[in-house]
Amino acid sequence: MEITTKKYKRCDLVQASGRIDSDTAPQLAEAFNAIIEDGRFNIVFDMDDVDFISSAGLRVMIDVQKTCKQRSRGEMVLANVPDRIYEALDLAGFVPLFKFFDDVVDAVGSF
Amino acid sequence: MNNGKTHTFPGQFSSLAAIGECVARAAETAGLDARAVYAVRMAVDEACTNIIEYAYGGEGRGDIECTCHIDDEGLTIVLHDQGRPFDPESVPEPDRDATIQECKIGGLGLYFMRQLMDKVHFEFTDSGNTLTMVKRKETTS
Repeated sequence: MEITTKKYKRCDLVQASGRIDSDTAPQLAEAFNAIIEDGRFNIVFDMDDVDFISSAGLRVMIDVQKTCKQRSRGEMVLANVPDRIYEALDLAGFVPLFKFFDDVVDAVGSF
Repeated sequence: MNNGKTHTFPGQFSSLAAIGECVARAAETAGLDARAVYAVRMAVDEACTNIIEYAYGGEGRGDIECTCHIDDEGLTIVLHDQGRPFDPESVPEPDRDATIQECKIGGLGLYFMRQLMDKVHFEFTDSGNTLTMVKRKETTS
């Protein structure tokens, strides 16, 4: 898995590629935590190049969303979620917990 | 291809990618469609994570043996470990209606396995734990 982050005026963009499983999920958590520790709680997670995510990865996403949404200080939105990953989120009942965008520009612009 | 052959992987999270590739190849060979191949990868990933975390109680404490059997109906995956047995009935199902603040992830792996596969069967004997999972080919189009 590879992760890149970009800082915008009103939000931060996190792009991951490859597999997010119990092996790589801690790296993803670290990338999100660096943003949160910076006091920034509006995050776009671009999943276009993620080809696999397990419950360990979903756990990271839920933890980030919980932290961002505390005291309504922000939220994480999702961009370019592949069909298979959307189905996994749906199976877990997590779809209502996120806003979904088909495009990173729209997602960034939503903040 | 590799039908019935057992592959042994060290019980650590860095093995998950290789185990995933191994079962994905078998699933493709068995003629499963892309959605079913992904389901198999997910179910096996969750199962192996549970073996490492719960049966072995951590990484590097034992191996995971993975055997794929392909037949006309689809794919059967057998995972064997030498860790502690556990009672799958004791794992509560996740609450799918939880709000973000009450949302917990415990039990999600087992829930995924049961939802994604056509059969999930645990067996605990003196020779270790055996998990058998079956994914059948779609017979209707």
